[in-house]
Amino acid sequence: MFRYIASRVLLLIPTFIGISFIAFIFIRLLPGDPVIALAGERGMTPERHQLLMDQFGFNRPIWEQYFSFVWNIFHGDFGTSIASKRPVLADFLTLFPATLELSICAMLFAVIIGIPAGIFAAVKRGSVFDQLSMGIALVGYSMPIFWWGILLIILFAGILHWTPVSGRMDLIYFFKPTTGFMLIDSLISGPKGAFKSAFSHLVLPTIVLGTIPLAVIARQTRSAMLEVLGEDYVRTARAKGLAPKRVIGVHALRNAMIPVITTIGLQMGLLMAGAILTETIFSWPGIGKWMIDAIAKRDYVVVQGGLMLVALIVMTVNLIVDLLYAVVNPRIRVK
Amino acid sequence: MGNFTIFFPYRETFPRIVNYASVYGLTANESACIATWQRLPCDFRCRHGGLQHKKPLKVEKMYTYKKLLAATALAMLTGGLMAGGASAKTLVYCSEAAPGGFDPALYTGGETLDATGQAVFNKLVEFKPGKSEVEPALAESWTISDDGLQYTFKLRPGVKFQTTSYFTPTRDLNADDVVFSFERQKEGSPWAKYVDGASYEYFEGMDFPKLVKSVEKVDDLTVKITLTKPNAPMIANLAMDFSSIVSKEYADKLQAEGAQQKFNEQPVGTGPFQFVDYQLNTAIRYEANPTFWKGKVKLDNLIFAVTPDAAVRVQKLKAGECQLTIYPDPADVEGLKADANLQVIQESGLNVSTLAYNTTQAPFDKPEVRKALNMAIDKKAIVDAVYLGQGKPAINPIPPTMWSYNTSIKDDEYNPEAAKAALEKAGVKDLSMKIWAMPVVRPYMPNGRRTAELLQSDFAKVGVKVEIVSYDWQEYLKRASDPKHDGAVIIGWTGDNGDPDNFLATLLSCQAVGSSNRAAWCNKEFTALIDKAAVVSDVAERTKLYEEAQVVFKREAPWATLAHSLVTTAMTKNVTGYVPSAFGVHNFEAVDITE
Repeated sequence: MFRYIASRVLLLIPTFIGISFIAFIFIRLLPGDPVIALAGERGMTPERHQLLMDQFGFNRPIWEQYFSFVWNIFHGDFGTSIASKRPVLADFLTLFPATLELSICAMLFAVIIGIPAGIFAAVKRGSVFDQLSMGIALVGYSMPIFWWGILLIILFAGILHWTPVSGRMDLIYFFKPTTGFMLIDSLISGPKGAFKSAFSHLVLPTIVLGTIPLAVIARQTRSAMLEVLGEDYVRTARAKGLAPKRVIGVHALRNAMIPVITTIGLQMGLLMAGAILTETIFSWPGIGKWMIDAIAKRDYVVVQGGLMLVALIVMTVNLIVDLLYAVVNPRIRVK
Repeated sequence: MGNFTIFFPYRETFPRIVNYASVYGLTANESACIATWQRLPCDFRCRHGGLQHKKPLKVEKMYTYKKLLAATALAMLTGGLMAGGASAKTLVYCSEAAPGGFDPALYTGGETLDATGQAVFNKLVEFKPGKSEVEPALAESWTISDDGLQYTFKLRPGVKFQTTSYFTPTRDLNADDVVFSFERQKEGSPWAKYVDGASYEYFEGMDFPKLVKSVEKVDDLTVKITLTKPNAPMIANLAMDFSSIVSKEYADKLQAEGAQQKFNEQPVGTGPFQFVDYQLNTAIRYEANPTFWKGKVKLDNLIFAVTPDAAVRVQKLKAGECQLTIYPDPADVEGLKADANLQVIQESGLNVSTLAYNTTQAPFDKPEVRKALNMAIDKKAIVDAVYLGQGKPAINPIPPTMWSYNTSIKDDEYNPEAAKAALEKAGVKDLSMKIWAMPVVRPYMPNGRRTAELLQSDFAKVGVKVEIVSYDWQEYLKRASDPKHDGAVIIGWTGDNGDPDNFLATLLSCQAVGSSNRAAWCNKEFTALIDKAAVVSDVAERTKLYEEAQVVFKREAPWATLAHSLVTTAMTKNVTGYVPSAFGVHNFEAVDITE
């Protein structure tokens, strides 16, 4: 067990080096530099430009910049944004919960609707429901997020007034966040009505962000289910006279879930990409919009720091999952 | 059923709500009112909630007798029932971007200047609302020495800095604050790098390090600014946001505590609104400054709701989630005008959009070629198709609302035949060129790509082949600044301070080649006129010089001047007193919300 844990932890070192290098080099490969953004249309003289590049240390040899970046990370210093002059780590910690909250809600939405819809479509293969739901899934998958978001806003917020247009919370509510998750904070420290407000603000962005994963999960569930339903053991179970509910819900579903869970894992990563657009449309103060702005301004410090922080979180989560896996599956720790 | 308002006098009745209400700057009455309101049955609450509208809480639906009775009883029990009455007024402004920080001298983006220089701070002199002339502000009066080198400002006595939860001033504004406000921006000052990456780009860009020799205190209420050479736009420069007067007492306190970075997080100024809180990338909250030297403003609270998407800003305005917003898509403007609950103000912006030829590149180094191409451009079609009519064709490099605009200049006539002939006469055949399409939307340019396409088809009619190129915005600006770039660049400008120098010298002088002069156009005659106009203080004489400069510009045609756009502000009908600024900043000092 100790060897297993040690190997997992040691494996983090090359991963860390690789990611830190990619995070560092990726933004520098793009043309442009962060200094020019400071002056906008006004521009700056080449001398002033050189002076500022020197001051920010961007004229030092690239490896020197890289090592000081890594060195600072080990000292807990992720740098200060060139554009906003705010510390990257503090901003990340403020904004990340918003993205996480939205992503989790979108994934829950996709799973809760997607899996049952997929199962039902597989069981009633060829039925109107099957055709219709898979058609809708295809449309959902092909929908441009931007257009879909504005469409929902116009309908549900603009015409029907069922939901607010954008933001995380009515501006009427104003309290210091404890966790950064509005649904939780509004229950802990918010005044009455804050939770409802936070929830209603989540509805549209959740649907918009969850639509693509929903479509993917529904289609994946359907095809996995169809495959499993054709297996011999399912036929055997049926032949034994088990109730159809039990055959589908226990025998078939368990095995069908294996590829679906893999898909969900992959979709969780893709949610980040969707979050960028969703956050822009719904004025959602998360890291997606923050990173995109930083890339547009070539704010090297924010981009490399932000990517590194995301990577560190993913690495930590993976490590925990690996360790938990070893706890539940003895074969792994023996190997 | 009419409207009625419920008020409760006892904050003790609802202790749980008191904290958030006190941060919000509400009275005990209002706080209790909200508390009760939230405890009322669902259908008792107005649809869009009370505070962001800052109206008295109104019950607008029909109620059953039972519910009404219960409400009445509840109201009577805790205080009483009365009709009407004043309550805190809050304006929610849907802004386009989050501010960088809260020190107006550190940033150049309009969103930060709105949130700092316009809301929290004052300058020695300020622009009259909606105008480009200046009026006294923190300086009551000023004199300029005959040689134009010394500016002596008499400060207004009794001006108080804001008292906030994080700072209580012990003295009024004095000359030390003014001296500090400028000295801190110089290289070598302890404040030059008080946050990582601090750089005072406006201070640099307006040439203050070279232009300003010293800023000295004469006595407590007198400040003398000495220049190294006469500079007529100086007064206008002092009305810009980077010249905001900050509190030296506050800065000293932070420095003593080793918390200088708070200077950029929690501002203290003398302006109409004082800072309450900033939720990163979400909202900025202000309350009225009760000690404002012009008297407390009419609004009680001001909230900036950060809403980056233009279409969403429009939806938020329609849904009542904000009361005022800016820069809608041109395509949405008609719809906004048609909405009975909204009002739309359109003003000519102090701006220009242009196609800047690279005048160092053959054959665009010949004025006759540039003139010929200018004749091939159908500006009206561009104004119609790109600006959707919300703009007008530009003739001169400065907008018509600016003083010294030369009305006697005639635009190059749109005439493809003549253009073709002129090109042939200039010996240009089978010309192919690049046109740069700017990738971002700016108030002066709603759609760079579409403009480039229209220019492409216009030029095709005279036998010039156009390839459209584009780069990411930062790269675009950087490459376009390089005099060796290939092609003509679509670009533009919004004035900073209403002085013609801010257009003509900034964009077209020899000194600006390599930075903001994207035509790389260095014309000795033009630059001599501009330089002379900058040191003369007599406005009539300056006007004459700038008018002459515009004649030279039109003759030499370094740019095709495209359009001056209208800048659109949309707000709900109950917003009064909003005056759009000529410079694209947004100021809420005079705004009120009527019932």
